[in-house]
Amino acid sequence: MKYVDANLVAKKMNGRLAANHISQIIFLLATLIGLVVLVILFYRVLMDGLGWINFDFLTNRLSTRPERAGIMGALLGTLWLMIVVAPVTMLLGIGTAIYLEEYAKKGRMHSFIQTNISNLAGVPSIVFGILGLTVFVRGLGFGNIVLAGGLTMSLLVLPIVVVASQEALRAVPQFLREASYGMGATKWQTIKNVVLPAAIPGILTGLILALSRAVGETAPLVVIGIPALLIPFPNGIFDKFTVLPMQIYYWTIDASIVEEYANLAAATIVVLLVVLLIMNSIAVMIRNKYQKRY
Amino acid sequence: MTTLTDSVEVTDSTKEDKNIVYDTKNLNLWYGDDQALRDINLQITENEVTAIIGPSGCGKSTYLKTLNRMVELVPVVRTSGEILYRGKNIFDKTYQVETLRTNVGMVFQKPNPFPKSIYDNIAYGPRIHGIKNKKILDEIVEKSLRGAAIWDEVKDRLKDNAYGMSGGQQQRLCIARCLAIEPDVILMDEPTSALDPISTLKVEDLIQELKKSYSIIIVTHNMQQAARISDKTAFFLSGEVIEFSDTDKMFSNPKNKQTEDYITGRFG
Amino acid sequence: MTDERDLRVRDMIQANKRTVTFNSIIEKCIPTILFIIAIISILTTIGILFTLIRETIYFFRDVPFLDFFTGTKLKPLGDAAEFGILPLLTGTFISSAIAMLVAIPIGLMSAVFLSEYASDKVRRILKPILEVLAGIPTIVYGFFAFTFVTPLLNRFIPMLEPTNILSPGLVMGVMIIPMIASLSEDAMSSVPNAMREGALGLGSTKLEVTWRVVIPAAMSGIISSFVLGISRAIGETMIVAIASGSSKNFTFDVTQSMQTMTAYIVEVTGGDAPAGSTLYYSLYAVAFTLFVFTLIMNLIAQYISKKFREGY
Repeated sequence: MKYVDANLVAKKMNGRLAANHISQIIFLLATLIGLVVLVILFYRVLMDGLGWINFDFLTNRLSTRPERAGIMGALLGTLWLMIVVAPVTMLLGIGTAIYLEEYAKKGRMHSFIQTNISNLAGVPSIVFGILGLTVFVRGLGFGNIVLAGGLTMSLLVLPIVVVASQEALRAVPQFLREASYGMGATKWQTIKNVVLPAAIPGILTGLILALSRAVGETAPLVVIGIPALLIPFPNGIFDKFTVLPMQIYYWTIDASIVEEYANLAAATIVVLLVVLLIMNSIAVMIRNKYQKRY
Repeated sequence: MTTLTDSVEVTDSTKEDKNIVYDTKNLNLWYGDDQALRDINLQITENEVTAIIGPSGCGKSTYLKTLNRMVELVPVVRTSGEILYRGKNIFDKTYQVETLRTNVGMVFQKPNPFPKSIYDNIAYGPRIHGIKNKKILDEIVEKSLRGAAIWDEVKDRLKDNAYGMSGGQQQRLCIARCLAIEPDVILMDEPTSALDPISTLKVEDLIQELKKSYSIIIVTHNMQQAARISDKTAFFLSGEVIEFSDTDKMFSNPKNKQTEDYITGRFG
Repeated sequence: MTDERDLRVRDMIQANKRTVTFNSIIEKCIPTILFIIAIISILTTIGILFTLIRETIYFFRDVPFLDFFTGTKLKPLGDAAEFGILPLLTGTFISSAIAMLVAIPIGLMSAVFLSEYASDKVRRILKPILEVLAGIPTIVYGFFAFTFVTPLLNRFIPMLEPTNILSPGLVMGVMIIPMIASLSEDAMSSVPNAMREGALGLGSTKLEVTWRVVIPAAMSGIISSFVLGISRAIGETMIVAIASGSSKNFTFDVTQSMQTMTAYIVEVTGGDAPAGSTLYYSLYAVAFTLFVFTLIMNLIAQYISKKFREGY
């Protein structure tokens, strides 16, 4: 006796194939929702903002009168913030990664630091803001200056750099290390001269991604207390400052008072997205140029 | 040419050690709980080629990597017994592993040049040992590349990345890199196993040439190669030295039955 | 091989050895220096815990523990100030729930499509789009929710307030799609092909293989991506701060303005609360609650993906 009725299977097969086909289309549409939102978002922002972007907008200082307002202060603030964040995260991120990958014995300490880093990555950015407010702004008495914001931001993006650097270090083939040790090189000489140069593309990619996160991040700086008022251009890391996302924030929430503020916010978003686009393109370029050399 | 021993740090050793580079005494080695080497006793003589043969997993590579303590890169390794290099025990607490590896160069199974220029590959060793003078480095690079019989092929592209070379060239580059710090001994871990026959022949010729100035220990899975290039041969099996004698003798008249089986291909 | 200008590199190396003791000092210091650097990440965690706990304890001197967690009234200013966190908790959970209603189905379907259906070529086009979506700063999403999504929804829901929890919830969902999609896709692509082939060989359709083989096998990775998504939604700040307003009503009506924990922190810090006041301490109590919630979510996600990591 046959357990499988071939006719029944054949009859049902059409239905099963149709279900497969329909769901494939649904899955595709679901995936495309992201694209649709992206297009609408870009379209909106460009429609609202593009007309407002001109030389004056980029170079003027802040003003309560929309037609005279500019974002030079925010651009400079973002730049100064990066001048703090880039070296600090690079030192802390790469240092931690080298310690974990090359020096630490695989034991309690190692897994403790590792677990801690992955937990830090999940802490909401606003909590880092509170840490920065309590420790840097008030505790150490920095006030809401670039340095305080930069250090806060550095701790926030640190896990990104650590994880990326660890992956890059792990990808350096063991035979390169062996070659160096075989010449009588010490551990640090090997790391400095062979391992790090081989890992640097991956590390740089991670660093740029971390920086672009810091460029777009708002919440910690709101908590630290970036003034909405007109302030002079920042000239160093000890000056008060504002950044592009903060400018977007203040203009957006005040758009109900002055309608043109929405346009200013959109224009600033365009500038911010262009900055991020440039940073990410650099990261992609580095990644493609140095991909798979071994 | 001055004899090499003159410039070696430890020439003040006893007279009978004079021609012995390595003296291995009762060496045992474990990876965790697995014993990889059992009671090895071997003497390596100066300016000779010593071949180490045996089936895979017999411990021949492990032994070679013990000679410059590269085996310690595996964290779970333990050893007992001693290896005297020029009369000094390399497992001694005060013995600096970097000094050992400066005196004992190594060529690996797979060519492993650094992803740097040909020039920088050769200059790597001298540089990490504090030689910074550009002129001297230039001379070292040329001399080493000539020594490895690859100068004529690469002299016009010293600034090119070493990864653009063929496998055989890369391996000779690695040998040149090794020569740049003028080692006393060169360890070779199946240096031709990743190469084509022509490149293999070139490397074998090179080994014959290098023997005049260096002591060479070569691990090979290729018995013809051992017969062609070595003066002495050690046959390893399951972490033990089964037979160690002059290559001619071993291949024409092996004393041990297992050796005979292996070299006549009747093994396993 | 007579070389008149014999370089005698070995002698030079020997000569350098004696002078270059500096190197060995570096060699000894480096591990310590790197260890100190690595410790900074731990100090950050300790710093977060310490600040949050210390000020939270001060807060509970002024406000009874039970009043805080069961109070439905949040009125931080004025004479008869009341500090009940429930309005913030409902705001947080409702916005997160809306976000997950968007992000989970769409994210999962995207993951299925990318992992099971899409050709390499299509995948190479779609994945960067998701990456771009993930890389857009949340402030931009906030602007989008406030100036586009809310007016759009208003056409269909006339009673929608200009600031409401629905619109930021939906936008937050879109923001989280890439995260769930890429983590779930990773989990699904690591299901070995042999398992798929086994089922396909019996005449299953792709859909059946996906449902009965791939998703069950990748379940731990998928669930942990959901949990991480929730954690992300709970901690999200700028979208809700902009688009959801600052009403502290205890309500479940999604067309109304609600405040989340994160938005409350933004409001209080923006208002220059005098240090030492109950209002000031409430900031920390709320932040600590937020921190605990996200920490628990992250630990759950880690536990799930570690515990159930199948050895195929």
